[in-house]
Amino acid sequence: MGYPYPPDEKETVVLSQYFGDEGARSYQGWVKRGGYQALEAALAMEPGAVTDVVKASGLRGRGGAGFPTGLKWSFMPKDSGKDHYLVCNADESEPGTFKDREIMRWTPHGLIEGCAIAAYAIGAECCYVYIRGEFTEPLAIMAKAVAEAYANGVLGEKLLGTGPRLEMIIHRGAGAYICGEETGLMNSLEGRRGNPRIKPPFPAQAGVFGLPTTVNNVETLAAVPHIINRGADWYQGICLGNEKSTGTKLYSVCGHVQKPGNYELAMGTPLEELIFDMAGGMPPGRTLKAVIPGGSSVPIMDAEDVKGCLLDYEGVVERGSMLGSGGVIVMDDSTDMVYQIYRLTRFYAHESCAQCTQCREGTAWTVKILERILGGHGKESDLDLLLDLADNMTGTTICVLSDSCAAPVVSGIAKFRSEFDAYLSGARPPALAAH
Amino acid sequence: MSDALVTVTIDGIEVQVPRGTPLIEAAKQAGILVPHYCYHPSLPAPAVCRMCLVEVEKAPKLLPACVTTVTDGQVVHVNSDAALKARESVLEFLLINHPLDCPICDQAGECELQDYVFQEGRAATRYADYAKRFNPVEDFGPDVLYIPNRCILCTRCVRFMEAVAEDPVLNVSERGDRSYIGIFPDAVLDHEWAGNVVDLCPVGSLVSKDFLHKARAWDLDRTASICPGCSQGCNMTIDTRDNVVVRLRPRPNMDVNRHFMCDTGRQDYRWMNRGDRIEAPLIRAGDKLQAVDWASALDRLADTLRGADGKAVILASARASTESLGMTHRLLDGFELTAAVRVPTGHEAPLASIPNLALREERTPNVAGAELTGYTRAWDEALDQAVSAQVVVVLDEELAPDEFDRVRTAGTVVVLGTVDHPAYQAADIVLPIATMAEEHGSYVNRDGRAQVYRQAKASPGMARPAWWVAAEAAGRLAEGRAVPATAGDAIVMLGQSIPALAGLTYQSMGFTGRPVASAAASGVES
Amino acid sequence: MSTAGASASETSYQPVFTGETMAALETLFERYPTKQACMLPALWMVQEARGWISERAMAEVAEVIGVTPAYVKGVVTFYTMYHTHPVGRNVIQVCTTTPCSLCGAEAVLRTILQETGCEELGRTSTDGRFTVQEVECLGACGFATPILVNDDFIESVTPERVAGLLEGYK
Ligand SMILES: Cc1cc2nc3c(=O)[nH]c(=O)nc-3n(C[C@H](O)[C@H](O)[C@H](O)COP(=O)(O)O)c2cc1C
Ligand code: SF4
Ligand code: SF4
Ligand code: FES
Ligand code: FES
Repeated sequence: MGYPYPPDEKETVVLSQYFGDEGARSYQGWVKRGGYQALEAALAMEPGAVTDVVKASGLRGRGGAGFPTGLKWSFMPKDSGKDHYLVCNADESEPGTFKDREIMRWTPHGLIEGCAIAAYAIGAECCYVYIRGEFTEPLAIMAKAVAEAYANGVLGEKLLGTGPRLEMIIHRGAGAYICGEETGLMNSLEGRRGNPRIKPPFPAQAGVFGLPTTVNNVETLAAVPHIINRGADWYQGICLGNEKSTGTKLYSVCGHVQKPGNYELAMGTPLEELIFDMAGGMPPGRTLKAVIPGGSSVPIMDAEDVKGCLLDYEGVVERGSMLGSGGVIVMDDSTDMVYQIYRLTRFYAHESCAQCTQCREGTAWTVKILERILGGHGKESDLDLLLDLADNMTGTTICVLSDSCAAPVVSGIAKFRSEFDAYLSGARPPALAAH
Repeated sequence: MSDALVTVTIDGIEVQVPRGTPLIEAAKQAGILVPHYCYHPSLPAPAVCRMCLVEVEKAPKLLPACVTTVTDGQVVHVNSDAALKARESVLEFLLINHPLDCPICDQAGECELQDYVFQEGRAATRYADYAKRFNPVEDFGPDVLYIPNRCILCTRCVRFMEAVAEDPVLNVSERGDRSYIGIFPDAVLDHEWAGNVVDLCPVGSLVSKDFLHKARAWDLDRTASICPGCSQGCNMTIDTRDNVVVRLRPRPNMDVNRHFMCDTGRQDYRWMNRGDRIEAPLIRAGDKLQAVDWASALDRLADTLRGADGKAVILASARASTESLGMTHRLLDGFELTAAVRVPTGHEAPLASIPNLALREERTPNVAGAELTGYTRAWDEALDQAVSAQVVVVLDEELAPDEFDRVRTAGTVVVLGTVDHPAYQAADIVLPIATMAEEHGSYVNRDGRAQVYRQAKASPGMARPAWWVAAEAAGRLAEGRAVPATAGDAIVMLGQSIPALAGLTYQSMGFTGRPVASAAASGVES
Repeated sequence: MSTAGASASETSYQPVFTGETMAALETLFERYPTKQACMLPALWMVQEARGWISERAMAEVAEVIGVTPAYVKGVVTFYTMYHTHPVGRNVIQVCTTTPCSLCGAEAVLRTILQETGCEELGRTSTDGRFTVQEVECLGACGFATPILVNDDFIESVTPERVAGLLEGYK
């Protein structure tokens, strides 16, 4: 539902059904709402069969990359004799994205149930839930829910008293966007700097503590109990666009809309419906200028790109961007695109882990050039320089943070060049004190 | 395992390498150097500098050659346009915060940043007028200074201390372009092997205080040598400038010291530059020693030996070459001979993660070579014998005053020495010999590996290698006995009578040495 | 590594990991396959107890975790939530990343700097009451502008609300 607003009729409410319903938070409340039935059903199946159901449902990772979840689970070795780990990625730090936070705040037991089913499917007896350090409220709620789940025999020596062992541990981050990248997260969990690792080895071979690991996003895992309860066909049927994108997706809408919040939509819903109908459109008198549809790391769309765009993995790519994490940042015609692009690059420069040369130096240099342009001292050649740096920062580093910094620069210059030119020519007064 | 070989084509050159080889090593075999910073064959590869990106056909992106392993049939382009552009950009990124202080930087001339920028960097920077990152110089330890402004954050130093020395006193601090290499306050980079971080640093960011502003790289002469500091036998290079040794650095040898040497060995070179040397051969004339030419000195030595019989004793240093030890032993063949070396000891200091690499307790390089040529370690017994011997030869070893007092009761005392010493006034013959830095020679390390060291500087005055002195004297003793012309001849000659050394030649030892015939089988002839 | 002689601050340092805190850490050790995995939790415990993480405290964490102090410092400085300097009684983190910036976060930040008397980012007000930090996306972009005061996550802050909100923090 469009939390904090009442559900819109165009939503397909599954994960967000109990957003705002404090009664759903407790163990009793969750059970009353049908909770832990999916886990019971899953435990009655072979682990491989659970994976097969998830595969058949078409569920894809909601953390940003959209990798098929069942397939990812099937990469975990069978009978390896080693400990397996499940890691729930609750680091949610991608600007524009705030959906995992609501899942944890309102339906913590739904997430625990999803984790338990996934752990069972991949043969993990231990699940770490890595929650970003700033999420004080979700941290407290999740900690309480996990304690309740232990107390009620859901977790511990035997899942629901009958299944295999499952320990669940909440791990608090400490302020680093890059720890949302799954290998950075694993390093962080091991007590190191959150530097992303080179792949191979892939997590399913050698993940956290060097052992087979599956990392999944909060929303991905929270969807699993619903799939087990209602079946793969049901989930697969929730599809208005491309058949490779199924189920519901939570969109966090923010920026210049009248009703910012989380909206849960069937895959393939038009982006315009989300922005203009559900989220209430621009403030009065304003028109749409730009949208970043998948969290800050994806290319910027202009109003033209938005027209007719269907919200699913393929639909957004067709319009030159990506679905990413589903964080929809809306900008109206009052927006200074140069400033906002600058602000985004500052984010990446601040968050670069510093390993790769192009990212460490390129993000900071990009910020300096934009700062100079905004300070009224830009040079005509600066735009070509920005584009060349962006090119050098794309596809050359360990993780894609570097690419993510380049994406808004490239798309921004391509679509809003006149705004850059206005600063360069002096037609627009400086927005920043000169450096 | 020839079936584990794969074939790759690198810039048109086909090579066969074992499966699992990183591309960067495969390229080396094809004779192609892939520019790199963070990669080092003796460290774990983190693939962070991104300098080694190469184009691999069918791969969607450029790949880091340091961590990408070969697959059969792979076609790699190190110098394609895309790869060149990527490298040019890495260089540009590295330079934006790098000071232009090459004229005062110790690394100039051996700097991998300078080299690659020269080879394939951009003509001009586009970073124009922004301020560069600045951090003050930091004192890391007894011999290491950190100049952060020059640091390219390749993390080699951190990885060495963490993964190789297993003493992680260095870290990467902060994040993004605010990062720098940190050390904990109060902590000191004084690990026995810490000096290696200076060699590992590809730029002039970690520098040796000892070497600071001493010499420019291009003014140095470099000579392949063996560290005389202990029985490990680390391969090293002696850097000299105008006949003065200014620094010792490790030389790679995968079987002995990989790329490393310890600080004790590295810092112990000042003795090689000592000026208080025995300048000329000295022979006794009444109650005085008199300087003479070599012919007279050798004649006197031969005469002395010819006239004597009975007991002879050699008190030698295990820092002497196998050639010198062997030839001196041979010179006294006809006597009832006791030959011993003194082996000073110290604490053993291993380099944690490298098997069989340590600063050894035995602080001389050639104990094994001495044993193969007929010496024992029974120093005190030899000293006891010396008291009543006809002839005592002191070879390259400084005797303590009380030791010398005991030895002088012998018939004839012959000193083959380097540094002049007042006690030598009591000797009968004092002959100036070269230090290991001044001669070619070879040592046998504790694992039975014979390794050659080369002459790095000229010897002062009339000093000659000890093997030459002994061999020339021997030639005078026995008419027609072959006299080696070079150290190489000397080792071949010794091989004819000492089975363990049989077949050993300088050529076969090459730059990285060769195991001597099984030490056990080497019945030492006396 | 060698460590220089005990300085004055070292002799007066009161360890964090004693009694209940140590017991809590030891319970945590059992939940991870390595001790090092408890690095972040241990650092949180220090910050909770002391308000910030001094170098002496890093050395203590190093000792209980079994790594070197330098290693701990590398980790601490990676994460922005750990304070490596003393801070005010109340730490305010204000998001100004793009989504919040679009909704006027910079004005909120300015107001907070003024109202707290901090004037400058990172500086503690003279009465020791506040330290203000500008931070990146807090993961609540739909509720611009979110701020974090100590552990209180406050949504939808506007310049007008600032004065009233701060009253609760002494
Ligand atoms: C820079 C960066 C930041 C990321 N941040 C997050 C994050 O905060 N949460 C998340 O779930 N995934 C994040 N990801 C994606 C993860 O690496 C990973 O793909 C995901 O957690 C896998 O889960 P899924 O398959 O369920 O989506 C990030 C990736 C990158 C490159
Ligand atoms: S791309 Fe940036 S964030 Fe990612 S590993 Fe490299 S330096 Fe770190
Ligand atoms: S000091 Fe040298 S070795 Fe260490 S990270 Fe910097 S450049 Fe690399
Ligand atoms: S040498 Fe390959 S990335 Fe540094
Ligand atoms: S941008 Fe401010 S909370 Fe996300």
